[in-house]
Amino acid sequence: MIACIADNIISPMGLTTEENFSSVSKGMSMLRNHEDTFGLPEAFCASMLDRELISGLFADHALSDNEYTFFEKLCILSATDAISSCALQAECEDVIFVISTTKGNVDMLETEPDCPGCRLAFSAEKIARYFGNTNTSVVTSNACVSGVCAQIAAIRLLLGGKYRYAVIIGCDVLSRFIISGFQSFKALSPEPCRPFDKERKGLNLGEAAGTMILENIGGTNVYGNGSLWEFAACSNHNDANHISGPSRTGEGAFRVLKDILEKIDRDDIAFVNLHGTATPYNDEMESIALHRSGLEDLPANGFKGYFGHTLGAAGIIETILSMKAVETGVIPATKGYGTKGTTYGISASSATRETDRNTFIKILSGFGGSNAGIAYRRRNVPPCATFRKGGEA
Amino acid sequence: MNTVSQVRITREETILDGKCIFTGSITELYREFAGDYPKFFKMDSLCRLGFMAAELLLKNIPAPIRENAAIALFNRNGSLITDRNYQKTVSDDNYFPSPALFVYTLANIVTGEIAIRNKIYGESSFYILDEYDAALIEDIAASVFITSSPSLLLTGWVDYNDETDYLADMKLVTDNKTKIR
Repeated sequence: MIACIADNIISPMGLTTEENFSSVSKGMSMLRNHEDTFGLPEAFCASMLDRELISGLFADHALSDNEYTFFEKLCILSATDAISSCALQAECEDVIFVISTTKGNVDMLETEPDCPGCRLAFSAEKIARYFGNTNTSVVTSNACVSGVCAQIAAIRLLLGGKYRYAVIIGCDVLSRFIISGFQSFKALSPEPCRPFDKERKGLNLGEAAGTMILENIGGTNVYGNGSLWEFAACSNHNDANHISGPSRTGEGAFRVLKDILEKIDRDDIAFVNLHGTATPYNDEMESIALHRSGLEDLPANGFKGYFGHTLGAAGIIETILSMKAVETGVIPATKGYGTKGTTYGISASSATRETDRNTFIKILSGFGGSNAGIAYRRRNVPPCATFRKGGEA
Repeated sequence: MNTVSQVRITREETILDGKCIFTGSITELYREFAGDYPKFFKMDSLCRLGFMAAELLLKNIPAPIRENAAIALFNRNGSLITDRNYQKTVSDDNYFPSPALFVYTLANIVTGEIAIRNKIYGESSFYILDEYDAALIEDIAASVFITSSPSLLLTGWVDYNDETDYLADMKLVTDNKTKIR
């Protein structure tokens, strides 16, 4: 069994998972209009981190500040919180680092186009070395679905038996490079985004880092005090349709949901956490995929109205927030949503809803025709003197 | 895993299942072995390289088998060559960002191009490692079969540094149970 044993989220809404979930519960958002940022000719609306705050926090932790970029500092700070909360010895041979990012230090291309830091995996190795880990680190770079792909890659490596723990870090930071690209696609909304809504005008970008630590805890005879998060199902399918537009039939997302539904109990699903970028095409595609899967009536939600689209971090932070939602029994509202705006129903809500179910599904779709999804189940574990003592059943 | 077929494309030569079948550029390789897919010319160099390797590996695989194939590719440089080209289009004195170029600043687009051409609806994943770690690549490829049951897995290394330095070292594998040929 693979369990999630620790997590962290750093975003403009907080420096821990608890702070971020609390901000979501209060309906907060840090999506703001930015003029003249990165010297871009056009203003944009985004959720951006305070660089000085992050550098200050890092200076309190780090050995040498200058060696690390803003992206690497964020990854390290996020992982530090998760690693310390479960007392993981990250330097051990049975720990692997998996980093989910689309563009890493791409802003360095402006000044140092040939520097090694521009390579995503060079940066990933630096992050793992910070924690004393010397295994080759894996970067999953699958556009917007990277965060779920990172979890799938980690879970498989743990099931393969060579590693016991995976530290999965998802992060992207904004730059002139990234904003100009999304602007050229005309994908950005000039105001805070409205997932699934009739009036949606596009997405907002956001900055965040998230960390999940997964452990292969062996067989299913698990004891403890309370509950744990168990990996339940995963899937990845391509639309085989277009490199920059979602499938009109929601083919890849439908196949992902179909695979997952074969492996989990439909009656235990609390909600489906959708990609919900608030672009006209993405949200429409998701409504088609939900309809084809018979999931229209199941509660669905999206987090982009709080954080924007955090790219490589999205799959990680949205999975963690979904776990918190199930733990508290409250499905967060979809901020920005008001009126149905898709052909088929998406059971989104502008208000919170209660749930007593224990499983959720997280799905993502992105450029390259990628679609990926993952499901986790909260499992009650009977008390025993030795916590997390596994062993084959 | 059982290897069904393997290909290696470098600037010097193209080797399919141990036999040198071509010497020449990637575009010449396309003209010789594909030639019917104008979208090839819209692709960036990384995509052209991965696309041609996939063409050679998949040409004799029937469509129903291809549909359920999975793709898991690896490299070191990501999409860096296109990243640098795109960056040049957003400088202060020369600002003309284009979506047609920006989309190729994602390394996984090569998996999408292969999926579209071959109607592959299975998994598509792209991994970046800073070293060619053969054991880890093999572990990740083999682990695809742990949580899914693709008919075939198209996997391997596809890295494009510049026009003199590129390598596709890709293969088509099955798990130990399936027989394709």
